[in-house]
Amino acid sequence: MLRVEDLHVTRGRTKVLDGIDLTVETGEIATLIGANGAGKTTMLMALSGLLPVASGRLELNTPDGPLDIARTGPVDLVRAGIVHCPEGRQIFGRLTIEENLQLGAYLSDDRAGVARAVAGIYDRFPILGERRAMKAGNLSGGEQMMLAIGRALVAEPKLLLLDEPSLGLAPQITEEIFGFLEELNREHGVTMLIVEQNAMLALELADRAFVLETGHVVLNGTGKELLDDPAVFEAYLGVG
Amino acid sequence: MSDYLIQQIVNGLSLGSLYALVAIGFSLIYGVIRLVNFAHGDLLMIGAFMTFGLVASDLVPWAAIPLLVLAGGFLAGGLIERVAFRSISGAPMITGFIVTLSASVAIQNLALIFLGSQPRNFNFPEVFRMRLSIGGADVALIDLVIPVVTLLCALALTTFIRKTRAGIAIRAVAENPFAAQLMGISIGRLVFLVFAVGGALAALAGLFWSGKYGQINPLMGFLPGLKAFVATIIGGVGSLPGAIIGGYILGFSEIAFVGFLPPEYSGYRDAFVFGLLILILLVRPQGLFGEAEQERA
Repeated sequence: MLRVEDLHVTRGRTKVLDGIDLTVETGEIATLIGANGAGKTTMLMALSGLLPVASGRLELNTPDGPLDIARTGPVDLVRAGIVHCPEGRQIFGRLTIEENLQLGAYLSDDRAGVARAVAGIYDRFPILGERRAMKAGNLSGGEQMMLAIGRALVAEPKLLLLDEPSLGLAPQITEEIFGFLEELNREHGVTMLIVEQNAMLALELADRAFVLETGHVVLNGTGKELLDDPAVFEAYLGVG
Repeated sequence: MSDYLIQQIVNGLSLGSLYALVAIGFSLIYGVIRLVNFAHGDLLMIGAFMTFGLVASDLVPWAAIPLLVLAGGFLAGGLIERVAFRSISGAPMITGFIVTLSASVAIQNLALIFLGSQPRNFNFPEVFRMRLSIGGADVALIDLVIPVVTLLCALALTTFIRKTRAGIAIRAVAENPFAAQLMGISIGRLVFLVFAVGGALAALAGLFWSGKYGQINPLMGFLPGLKAFVATIIGGVGSLPGAIIGGYILGFSEIAFVGFLPPEYSGYRDAFVFGLLILILLVRPQGLFGEAEQERA
């Protein structure tokens, strides 16, 4: 689905990503873990075309053949199915819940299909359906996260990028969100790349995991392998 | 009600509508990219000269003129965005202010060169210069047409912003441009759209302005533009209802100032308008309908 080779990204004068290699296969949940400032968010921004790529190959497999992500604008990347659910949820607080979900499918001209997708989100999260005419800013943190994911899903992602879905959420809400992500993957086959500070949670869910340290991938393997790796345990799981 | 009072109310409605038409554009553009387009007032002048040219050439039926002026204002507003604003995308906001200011100076001087600095007298076709009597007051037909058309435009625009996909996207960009991009929204296209729609309404105001006052010149857009900007601030920059209501508040207070104080004060009407601005800024800097600007996380 996604192949990244020797990716370099600089922000200002700082080299943030310094030769990243990673792959995500169709139907997988991949995760990117690492400390603050390791470059996780930058990685997702580069994949959604919001930051220029200094060098390297970024390829998305599409039905029309491989797509060069670095040469594709953010609008066309959304159209190609790379949908980015950003850190801090970033829902539109002054817009209604319904409008937020509609915007998720901004590029779709199939209005009946969009209506079905939005109805599907309301089925899964009845609380959003009950409050569809309410301003999204009035929702609780967990509900906003559901809305943010729902908004990403109505875009019908081929590859869903999630940036810190657990950020600022109570543990039981986080568990519910991760349960939902698992369900999405297992039942609907949505391919995901999840950036997460809560490494334990992410590794338990992930088929494939990458550990990022100051712009390099220092370790990779299946989620289970990394969970069992004493070095990972010490660096990311031991404390807290 | 005395006929004098009726006359003043009609005058206030008419002038307020013109301010509102121009203020809407200021507010739309500011709402989306936090930029004050100083060239916006000049679109009123462009609309006025287009009207003049179309009427003088006698090429099209008069009913088509407002539509052509709207279309011309749409293109002129969009052109300002393409030529002046787009070229500096990504630059700090102060650059944007300077660029729109330069665009304004450029437009005014091009108009001076090609259209001449002499003010031109200009009369609407006979039908529009009709006067009628309401409750004993003698009222110009155009002063009634202006508010009606303005309210129709405001209604259409509000519906567009509330209901359509592009309208929802405009509100999304206004709130959070970063997240809007993640939805696949092309911010550049929407910025073009708000410049163009604002330009269409300002040009329409120019058509009315020329018909109402009967005289046009290349610098005529400056003061109405500035005053419409005051109206925008009164209503709360970025708020559409605020811009419209701010326009009417300004129009009515200006007419009241001129109409009910002794005539020797009427020369101070512009001073009064800007005095009102200072007062509003002191008491409620975010305007009547504006939200206090918050730091973005």
